Amino acid sequence: MYAYIARRMLATVPVLFGVSLLVFMMLHLVPGDPVKIMLSEFQTNPEQIKTLRAQLHLDDPLPVQYGRFVWNALQGDLGYSIRLKQPVTGIIMDNLPATLELTVAGLLFSAIFGTTLGVLAAIKQHSWLDALSMGVALIGVAMPSFWLGLLLIFAFSLRFQIFPATGGGDLKHLVLPALTLGLSAAAIIARLTRSSMLEVMHNEYVTTARAKGLREFHVVVRHALRNALIPVITIFGLQFGQLLAGTVVIETVFGRPGIGRLIVDAILAKDFPVVQGVVLIVAVGYVIANLLVDMAYAVLDPRIRYG
Amino acid sequence: MQATQSLERAEGGLRESRIPRRYRDFARQLRRSKGALIGLTLLLCMVFLAVFSPLIAPYDPIELNAQDYLQSPRSEHLFGTDQYGRDVFSRVIYGARISLVIGLISVGIALLVGVLVGLVAGYYGGLLDSTLMRLIDVMLAFPGILLALAIVSILGPSLVNLMIAVGISSIPTYARLTRGSVLATRGELYVEAARVTGVPNRLILGRHILPNVVAPVIVAATLGVGAAILWAAALSFLGLGSQPPEPEWGRMLSEGRQYLRSQWWIATFPGIAIMLTVLALNMLGDGLRDALDPRLRG
Repeated sequence: MYAYIARRMLATVPVLFGVSLLVFMMLHLVPGDPVKIMLSEFQTNPEQIKTLRAQLHLDDPLPVQYGRFVWNALQGDLGYSIRLKQPVTGIIMDNLPATLELTVAGLLFSAIFGTTLGVLAAIKQHSWLDALSMGVALIGVAMPSFWLGLLLIFAFSLRFQIFPATGGGDLKHLVLPALTLGLSAAAIIARLTRSSMLEVMHNEYVTTARAKGLREFHVVVRHALRNALIPVITIFGLQFGQLLAGTVVIETVFGRPGIGRLIVDAILAKDFPVVQGVVLIVAVGYVIANLLVDMAYAVLDPRIRYG
Repeated sequence: MQATQSLERAEGGLRESRIPRRYRDFARQLRRSKGALIGLTLLLCMVFLAVFSPLIAPYDPIELNAQDYLQSPRSEHLFGTDQYGRDVFSRVIYGARISLVIGLISVGIALLVGVLVGLVAGYYGGLLDSTLMRLIDVMLAFPGILLALAIVSILGPSLVNLMIAVGISSIPTYARLTRGSVLATRGELYVEAARVTGVPNRLILGRHILPNVVAPVIVAATLGVGAAILWAAALSFLGLGSQPPEPEWGRMLSEGRQYLRSQWWIATFPGIAIMLTVLALNMLGDGLRDALDPRLRG
């Protein structure tokens, strides 16, 4: 198993290299002079443009610039925001907790709601419950999250004032955004759990468990679900990334602070260092999350540790 | 008499055999899937609205009308009007055109590049394969909408850049899928036979391998158009896609946001339109997958 984990960790190195290179190149792929674009909203003279170019070391050869970018990033220096006049790392650190909170809440909701829906649909296959669950799953995937968010705000904040519409802070502010963020993931998890459960329920050990006279609840939860969840767990890493990226939309809809809203504002304001910083942090976080999921998978399922 | 009958039967057999059996099976499977038929019907309705929008839409989708602003739905404005007095019904209909074009072009870009990369990587293998796949891995390290977001931030927000961004970020799906199918068929005897008899690689790829790739790619592309429409709408909602006054659904939703409390219709109808379109594509995609790949049938 250690060999498998080591190999898996080694495989992330070229990916992280590629990610850092791509994020670094963003600034250089901008059509036109990035400095002029960045400063387009400010009154500037040629002298200031020259100063900023020098500050960003844009006149060095590209490999040198890239080396500096990686070196600085490894030490936690992601550059300086022109718009907010602060170091990018600090800005991201201020905004990251709120986003992680939302992502984890969304993931929890999707995991609980999705697996419940999937299990119910599977054990009552071809019933109205199955049809309803799969109907919810179908709509959950097709519904744009920003529209769902607006509908929830309309229903639960404007009509019935149960939850606040916008802002961040306490748990009450988290309910609607987490629901909105997690619904499509819940739909995907529900469909996967259903098909995985259906497959497992036909196995001999399930028949044996039933034949032993175990209660159906016991059979479903102890014998079937535990095995059925293995393939579901693999997509948690994937879903974590999807939800983390999904906060871009949700934070804007609900007016929550976070790195999702930060990057949208930064793109609109041409604040490239912030855009690069957020993209880098999210991509690296996602790569690490997937690594962890694969490791958990190896621990859970002995068949994976073939190495 | 008997002779003519058997001749007719033979002709019938001939006529039938012109359509390969797997396509006939496929059509039968598809017809049996209720979801696929609903999806296809819905989708055809959307395509109809998109193609004939100038004939169907009662008003100009862009022209401002100061007197008629924020009218609730009524007979002359079926879906009401927005804050600029524009007819929401007309805008939703024109929006079908924009969204379907975005979906088709984005997926077209992704297909063109992705299938080519997958074919080449899977068939030639070796260093070329591992290099291309590492590149795809790097693209996959940017989850969900993030890669599209990064590309939009480089190119600047516009409808064309939106399609490029969504297209590029969907490449990995098709590249991996194609490569997988190529790897599965590369070792088949008929491919081996073609290679031994000296058929050039280009022909082997095009004539013997590509047909096996088509089925899973069609399924993925159908679902992909829906996903592309959702992403594009989300980016436009954030102001990073289509620009005013384009009647794009995501953009219309964001414009209707501030009127949520009392003028619900501005944001509601574009939302329903997005959902129905994506739902149609997903149902059709699910049906196609079941019909094309019996192993996946749940």
